[in-house]
Amino acid sequence: MTSIGTGYDLSNSVFSPDGRNFQVEYASKAVENSGTSLGIKCNDGVVFATEKIITSKLLAPGKNKRIQSIDRHVGVVYSGLIPDGRHFVNRGRDEAQSFKSIYKEPIGLEGLISKLGYYVQAYTCYNSVRPFGINAIVGGVDETGPHLYMVEPSGVYWGYQGTATGKGRQAAKAELEKLDLPNISARDAVKEAARIIHLVHEDNKDKDYELEITWVSTSETDGIHKVVPADLFAEAKKYAEEAEAGSDSDSDSDSDEEMES
Amino acid sequence: MNHDPFHWGRPSTKTYGEYNYLISNASNVDRSVKSNSEFPKMHTQQPMITGTSVIAIKYKDGIIMAADHMGSYGSLMKLEDLKRIIQVGDDAVVGISGDISDFQYLERLLDDLQIEDAYDMDQEHLKANHLSEYLTRVMYNRRTKMNPLWNAIIVAGFDDKDEPYLKHIDLLGVSYTSPTLATGFGNHLAIPLLRKKVETEDDVKKLSKEDAIQTIKDCMKVLFYRDARSWNKYSLCVIEKSTKSISLEHEVQVENMKWDFAQHITGYGVPQL
Repeated sequence: MTSIGTGYDLSNSVFSPDGRNFQVEYASKAVENSGTSLGIKCNDGVVFATEKIITSKLLAPGKNKRIQSIDRHVGVVYSGLIPDGRHFVNRGRDEAQSFKSIYKEPIGLEGLISKLGYYVQAYTCYNSVRPFGINAIVGGVDETGPHLYMVEPSGVYWGYQGTATGKGRQAAKAELEKLDLPNISARDAVKEAARIIHLVHEDNKDKDYELEITWVSTSETDGIHKVVPADLFAEAKKYAEEAEAGSDSDSDSDSDEEMES
Repeated sequence: MNHDPFHWGRPSTKTYGEYNYLISNASNVDRSVKSNSEFPKMHTQQPMITGTSVIAIKYKDGIIMAADHMGSYGSLMKLEDLKRIIQVGDDAVVGISGDISDFQYLERLLDDLQIEDAYDMDQEHLKANHLSEYLTRVMYNRRTKMNPLWNAIIVAGFDDKDEPYLKHIDLLGVSYTSPTLATGFGNHLAIPLLRKKVETEDDVKKLSKEDAIQTIKDCMKVLFYRDARSWNKYSLCVIEKSTKSISLEHEVQVENMKWDFAQHITGYGVPQL
């Protein structure tokens, strides 16, 4: 960031002479240091997981949910500034409601993400606003099957088979690449999500965290975005802890390397 | 009554004098305007396709509710597979009579309500008492705009204390409860029969589930006999407190009908000698 202090980073909608928009890049920085979130596309659905860093012992356990619903069939998880994420989700809900009131059917994932992409992009164009400080992973099941996307502060969005954002994203992405996506079952995806979040938390071990997992699956939840049931959650957590105990030495050095690159 | 097919249903000229056609052409359009053509069309000021009665009775362990599958366009049977009792969340059902397009609008409102309720992915919050209050507000709001939703609604289910809950809401936004409820023609034909079983809240405690279902079935039969805009297939809903369950069965047939008397009836349609 050699151009810091040149004045080109003070406003949205202003390019630097070498063609960069610094405010957007700074927004991405806000994402990079928050808790890890990930999304996995499985054979008939999508799984979301997030690492909630416990910032105070006074926070009520199990409350303060971070994964949200946009519609019955659409879930979102994001890393970054939480209020920005809340606003993003509210916009998604408005879009889903308005689509339903016009067409009397649930909004498709591709249509929804394109509207949300435009919305986020608009916040990079005016100097009265600032870009969203979040990477949002949006996914769900519509009549064409499961879909998973991630929107970045610039407004760009890509479709993924598995993606991660936040502090541990690189280690998490490396783990996701090892999975047979999107051919795994929803139940297996839940377990792998728990394992990966648990694994990438290693680098942040001084802080406690709470795991949150939700899923949308045709076979398991009838295409509705739900919190995973308590028994599966416990099973996934156990799986995550056992995986850690099993491969403690080699996985540690692995993930360190990934973080460097 | 005049039985000539072209004048069917009108008082006979011999007894009552010439028929005043203003009666059958009466409109609720504001008459201070000289002609109808000067006035905007108000399609929603009268029901188009309609559903007839919804009936409900409380028994010692819950509520039984029924409504038939017919959608009438005037006297034409336009729809015969219309399910007018819908489940809303885990704890309530809503039975709607009157205008069917308004019914479908309400159906969508309730669907949106459920989506919003599920945003937190926590347990279901929508109880029958919340729904009835919401619907009462919707109906009152629309009547205040002089554009009512042309429906009568019965909400049944469990309230936030898990007690059976029953309420009637009409197009003016008036709501009331009673151990027996009915909308439309059911108010005239079914209520007297239901009240024979259950007159007060005390009688509710004496009525068994089997007895209550049989009473409702008998009422649906009488309604099919005597209400010309009714049909012999209906939805039957059983709400049970002890198991905290709501079961909604469709395509229930009216049973044990006797139509022997029909062959002796003369005088409808074409005059018979």
